[in-house]
Amino acid sequence: MIDQTSDTIAAISTALGGSGIGIIRVSGKDALSVGDRVFVSPGGKKKISEQPSHTVHYGYILDAGQTIDEVLVSVFRAPRSFTTEDTIEINCHGGIYATRRVLETVLKYGARPAAPGEFTKRAFLNGRIDLSQAESVIDVIQAKNEYALQNSLSQLKGSLGREICELRKKILYHTAFIESALDDPEHYSLRGYTERLLSEIEDILSMIRKMIASADNGRMIKEGIQTVILGKPNAGKSSILNILAGEERAIVTDIAGTTRDTLEESIFLGGITLNVIDTAGIRSTDDYVEQIGVNKAWQKAETADLILYVADSSTLLDENDEKIINLLDGHHSIILLNKSDLPQVTTEEQLCHFTHSRFPVIPISAKEQTGIDVLEQKLYEMFYHGNLSFNDEIYITSARQKSELIWAEESLNKVLESISMGMPEDFFTIDLMDAYTALGRIIGEEIGDDLVDEIFGRFCMGK
Amino acid sequence: MSLVEEYVDVVVVGAGHAGCEAALASARLGMRTVIFTVSVDSIALMPCNPNIGGSSKGHLVREVDALGGEMGKNIDKTFIQSKMLNQSKGPAVHSLRAQADKSDYTRSMRQILEQTENLEIKQLEVTDLLVENGELTGVRTFSGSVFHCKAAVLCAGTYSKARCIYGDVSMYTGPNGLASANHLTDSLRSLGIEIRRFKTGTPARIAGSSIDYSKMEEQKGDEYIVPFSFTTDPKSVQKEQISCWLTYTNEKTHEIIRENIDRSPLYSGKIKGTGPRYCPSIEDKVMKFPDKDRHQVFIEPEGIHTNEMYISGMSSSLPEDVQIAMYRSVPGLEQARLVKNAYAIEYDCIDARQLKLSLEFKEISGLFSAGQFNGSSGYEEAAAQGLIAGINAVRKIQRKEPFILDRSEAYIGVLIDDLVTKENIEPYRMMTSRAEYRLLLRQDNADLRLTEKGYEVGLIDEERYQNLLKKKELITSEIQRVESTYVSDSPSVQKFLREHQSTELKSSICLGELVRRPELTYDMLSEIDPGRLILPVDVCEQVNISIKYKGYLDRQIRQVEQFKKLEKKLIPEKIDYNRISGLRLEAQQKLTKYRPLSIGQASRIAGVSPADISVLLVYIKNM
Repeated sequence: MIDQTSDTIAAISTALGGSGIGIIRVSGKDALSVGDRVFVSPGGKKKISEQPSHTVHYGYILDAGQTIDEVLVSVFRAPRSFTTEDTIEINCHGGIYATRRVLETVLKYGARPAAPGEFTKRAFLNGRIDLSQAESVIDVIQAKNEYALQNSLSQLKGSLGREICELRKKILYHTAFIESALDDPEHYSLRGYTERLLSEIEDILSMIRKMIASADNGRMIKEGIQTVILGKPNAGKSSILNILAGEERAIVTDIAGTTRDTLEESIFLGGITLNVIDTAGIRSTDDYVEQIGVNKAWQKAETADLILYVADSSTLLDENDEKIINLLDGHHSIILLNKSDLPQVTTEEQLCHFTHSRFPVIPISAKEQTGIDVLEQKLYEMFYHGNLSFNDEIYITSARQKSELIWAEESLNKVLESISMGMPEDFFTIDLMDAYTALGRIIGEEIGDDLVDEIFGRFCMGK
Repeated sequence: MSLVEEYVDVVVVGAGHAGCEAALASARLGMRTVIFTVSVDSIALMPCNPNIGGSSKGHLVREVDALGGEMGKNIDKTFIQSKMLNQSKGPAVHSLRAQADKSDYTRSMRQILEQTENLEIKQLEVTDLLVENGELTGVRTFSGSVFHCKAAVLCAGTYSKARCIYGDVSMYTGPNGLASANHLTDSLRSLGIEIRRFKTGTPARIAGSSIDYSKMEEQKGDEYIVPFSFTTDPKSVQKEQISCWLTYTNEKTHEIIRENIDRSPLYSGKIKGTGPRYCPSIEDKVMKFPDKDRHQVFIEPEGIHTNEMYISGMSSSLPEDVQIAMYRSVPGLEQARLVKNAYAIEYDCIDARQLKLSLEFKEISGLFSAGQFNGSSGYEEAAAQGLIAGINAVRKIQRKEPFILDRSEAYIGVLIDDLVTKENIEPYRMMTSRAEYRLLLRQDNADLRLTEKGYEVGLIDEERYQNLLKKKELITSEIQRVESTYVSDSPSVQKFLREHQSTELKSSICLGELVRRPELTYDMLSEIDPGRLILPVDVCEQVNISIKYKGYLDRQIRQVEQFKKLEKKLIPEKIDYNRISGLRLEAQQKLTKYRPLSIGQASRIAGVSPADISVLLVYIKNM
């Protein structure tokens, strides 16, 4: 178990994407030196660790020479900070990607992701919070952990969880084999085993690298509400997604059928992380490539937690709209009546009538950017009933997952290094178990007696 | 019946491997000590395998020795073959194992006990524990005599309500036909201690004269013998050794077993105790690993004064006729005559989670428990616990802090922490994979890790302590010298490197860097290291390991530092977990029941989550 009370932790402390500015807070004894490693002032000379407390500094966050974002860094020296430890707060431009990249950079250069409620806990342990608040601190820690656990459990059922379980099984098997041979050298020989292990580890590593890469593309954030945007071609699905995401992600043209595949985006709206999938417009089509996109859209919609149906108020409803409306049954759905800036051909009343008022209808204009606030309010009502407090954890979880994957990757690299250096086999298992434990943390499992059970279960031991 | 009453300091119940270490430690620390045994002829008896040590168990013996225990010295005097296992692997898993002459081992340990001041041996069964207000005050024996004492250590082994079984045959005896102890666990029960039932077993002993060794592979000992004890002069143990033999079961053996499996008391449900997975009976191996077409069988001598051979790998509780057929199906054993049948043994023991890390019962002050009675298995595990329990019984009387080794200091620490913290469903055996900091917990450095502690406890004499300090100093200064000595790319150095298939130098390099090359060692480099002093072999070994594996060792040291922080956060003994509202119910129950000493220990209890630990940290801070 790692020490929970004095190492350096980092997390995003503002609601992700919800505001124009994202703040990454770093606290602990290395906070200032982590600052030195990631921050560069315009003149290039300023060091965070040399700045007095309660000062703000303009500059850039750099990762290996590459600029991540333009930032303001606030310095709070111990004990004059929230946690009473050395703390820096990095104000970046916001938007989920920039904020996340900054956090990842900080994690890469020496901080670890904060556990749920950890800043509050430190503040308390260091005497910053009044004793009478103790009970509520405990509640927060407990509740946030429960939430993180639920998150892990739901992932365990997903494909990510399955893949990680598979990798862990392999790692455990090899570790157990080596350990069996160490415990019972007269029964199990490791002769020639290293070559086999080498290729197995390379396979496992390539899987882990793929996962890390996909985490970079944002596909790993599965914790959000799986949301699918549906609508006829050119109803404005991609435009709406772009407004929500705050950047040009989908290709937007006036030609119907531009989005031929599905696009995914994580969006923080109304206090909720949405995992939004933009889809190809639904219509009967002879274009083969486009047809694939349409089929995918149907599939995604089937398993979605939430469907955003974008209807075009400037045209009449047709059989494609009818198909989509039929699909909405049995799903949480919101109808966005787009193009409210144009003359209304299809009205809110008509749509309500057509859907028997089973779904909320929100007039919206992607072009004028109106109606987004109403959508936010609706989401808030639907999913949280005011229970907004856990939203920051959603993101933190995936940052932690990525850092665990990187940890596992590094541990396995160390195994390869030990193999190439001709180290004896018992050195391998230390790093193998390290990788196993890191992967276990992603799916919320500690190791316990796994190894001993595996040794006895798989290998016939002893006298 | 005349009532005998005596007053002593410490009572030790049982004179097996745990009892002997406990009694010796107690007496050597100046306590008037009585050790009870069902038979003085079976002091330090080895009722199962005829060897001491083995993977990770060898570490335990070394640690016991480094702390001033007796096991290592005794096996050095009585071994008949010795092997350092895993020599092709890293130094952390090298492990010593010696075949013992069982009767010599027993006799020699008895002598030590008899010669120890303050120690009295009694052949009597202890039947009752006398407890007043939660405090142990004495024991009563089967004869009715009472021994008042200040502390007692239970080392009852596998004797409590023991039953030996094979086929339909049940004998209510302890191991090897010795009398069982039928009252002690009733007494414990009446004091509120929970008792459970474990099971283990032993193979047959076969007359050596009936074995055809020509059909087996000979297993010789090492050419150079390394002694167990740091105090034994290596020259004194170089002697002629006795061989073991290797043969295999075959399809016929397996067929005999499968055909008769319903006659095994294990499979018919007649034995209810939980058996160990790591030394399964041959019927278990055959049933659980059906795709293995053969299993190894080691034939090991029980000693030089007997021709009885121990059939390692074939413990069993099958009926006598099946046993005979099964053994005779093995090459070399066709004519085998069984001296002793194989049997399974069931016995009462405790769940060690009722103990503190000092091995004292949480609920009975002054009563300690050690060895197989705590649910462990093996002579070495028993000795290690016995030593610690003996030391702590004395410290309890002296009102000193208990002597506790943690998981980063010794295999003994891992062993005891596992026993008193984790749920163990079977007899617990030490394994190297259980020690998370094993690179640091090597058998070669047990003295460097522990002898200073043994000195502080009072079991290591001044001379041995001074020798240790000297050794430490030599190691430190030599490591420093090697890490700060540079060798140039001179022709002689390049020639040396070429000869050892090592890359030639481009410029001068630190000597330490050369030691870290996989193909080189500290010893080999003496050729190009003119400044080197002549150092003892054990010093050179430490220098080599410390430099060669520096990167790995440093990493483990960092892990240990992290670990220690949580171990140092102690939980107040009076804490009421039920009043901590943030804890989950399961955590509340487990913590209340097992009352861990530190946050670190609490975090290892199954059912206590990291979130619970956070809550606990907050609460303790608040108290």
